[in-house]
Amino acid sequence: MYIYLPIAEMSVNIFLILAMGGAIGFLSGLFGVGGGFLMTPLLIFIGVPAPVAVGTEANQIVASSVSGVIAHWRRGNVDFKMGAVLLSGGIVGSSLGVLLFKFLQSLGQIDLAIKLCYVVFLGIIGGLMLVESVRTMLRARSVSARRGKLHQHNWLHGLPLKMRFRRSKLYISAILPFSIGAVVGVLSALMGVGGGFIMVPAMIYLLGMPTSVVIGTSLFQIIFVTANVTFLQAISTQTVDVLLAILLLAGAVVGAQFGSKYSVRLKGEQLRGLLAVMVIGVCVKIAYDLIVTPDDLYSIARLAVH
Amino acid sequence: MRATSISLLLLVTTLVSAFAATAHGQALVADLSRHHVAITTGFTGAEVLMFGAVDGEGDIVVVITGPPEDVVVRNKQRIAGIWVNARTIRFEGVPNFYAVASTRPLSEIATPDVRENQQIGAENIAVTVSIADRGRPAEELATFRAALIRNKQNDGLFSREPGEITVLSNRLFRTGIHFPANMATGTYTASVYLFHEGSAVQSVSTPILVEKVGVGAEVYNFAHRQSAFYGIAAIVIAVFAGWLGGVIFRKV
Repeated sequence: MYIYLPIAEMSVNIFLILAMGGAIGFLSGLFGVGGGFLMTPLLIFIGVPAPVAVGTEANQIVASSVSGVIAHWRRGNVDFKMGAVLLSGGIVGSSLGVLLFKFLQSLGQIDLAIKLCYVVFLGIIGGLMLVESVRTMLRARSVSARRGKLHQHNWLHGLPLKMRFRRSKLYISAILPFSIGAVVGVLSALMGVGGGFIMVPAMIYLLGMPTSVVIGTSLFQIIFVTANVTFLQAISTQTVDVLLAILLLAGAVVGAQFGSKYSVRLKGEQLRGLLAVMVIGVCVKIAYDLIVTPDDLYSIARLAVH
Repeated sequence: MRATSISLLLLVTTLVSAFAATAHGQALVADLSRHHVAITTGFTGAEVLMFGAVDGEGDIVVVITGPPEDVVVRNKQRIAGIWVNARTIRFEGVPNFYAVASTRPLSEIATPDVRENQQIGAENIAVTVSIADRGRPAEELATFRAALIRNKQNDGLFSREPGEITVLSNRLFRTGIHFPANMATGTYTASVYLFHEGSAVQSVSTPILVEKVGVGAEVYNFAHRQSAFYGIAAIVIAVFAGWLGGVIFRKV
């Protein structure tokens, strides 16, 4: 059964979109990630124009983050104060990101920019995760891990504008979470992702937040950042396809439930290792597409209808 | 089936009137099975039948042209190991869609000059190079123009080979036109030429209106005319759907 997407202006098989939503939803439930970094490349791969894929995916992540944050909120795993600082940075970053998106689009370099961002960030994050999970697996076999200090102190803790974050047991400069929020915000707007895969490691390793509140707080701020991206893309580029977002979401909600059931069967480091392999896989695929000689060196793009 | 029988009925009645018209001295009459193509939510492309009658000898050529648009052609070059869009040329007034059908191969109907003049065949479509790019070498412009046509053909929007025209008893003709799902909205023009001894002796044109209708059209108009409200609505829908999902699966 085919359905005509009004904004993407293409006809797609409705079951293909539902299946994609389901599969990515399963993986995001399994690994506890948003899945935007898998969905956006997949949408581009099936022929959805890159700007529509990014704008629509931001809209879908709003929904999946709302779903996810409810459970964490109930358990009290959301640091709202930290979330607010991160998200104030995120709003600034994502607004700049949408402007940058529009500028690159006018230069005809948006596809390249999206792909380069994917290669660089997925490569770094995937590589780090893989090293970390392999190390944990090896260490688990030899000696039990040492308990260290809550977190290390370094020059970052000497910055001004210090704030107390009770829920995260932190007393740090607000500049740090604000900057992290801003950087992730720019990437979120450019890549059509929530940015959890960058935000979560940054919260643990740079801010030193306890792991229990990391996911909930990350999801909380992602809702607002992706809502901002959705709104700005809707008014500046008109690339948010609500119909496509709803279809993806329907599949994702169901898939995520099955995914989270399976996740309890695997150990944390095994899950991280598998996720790392997948992240690196996507990175390698996109890098390969940039390097291999395209079938046609010329491409066309519609500009304006008279 | 019902739609086919209706269009057949339409065909017959129009052909009868076509005969009447040719009897009064008009050499060429033609019409379409429909003048309106609606892009609905289930749209996967459309078939439109063009038919008519001709009085006297000659070859028939049918040309369908879509609404004009500006197209930028980009050329990738390898920079630091990766393929990057490096050179661009902008063309104006490029038809979004172009299809041609003929009774014989185009090369047998008219000379290349005539075909170029009448814009018959995808390679003869007249496009304007934007003012900013007019100073580029002729060779480069030709390469980019060829790339434009090739890409349009790969997208299924320009025909590669002329379609067939069926002729009955040297008088009646018909041809089917296929519109792909990625066609643009706007006014299309269907033209029929009667060629005799290498030149077009007569031609008639008729418009086809292609527009989005139904839910899809409303979503599109909403997104483009009231972008801010559309953005807010998209967020509200997402928040509600996410909340609903969270609540439904809470107990599972």
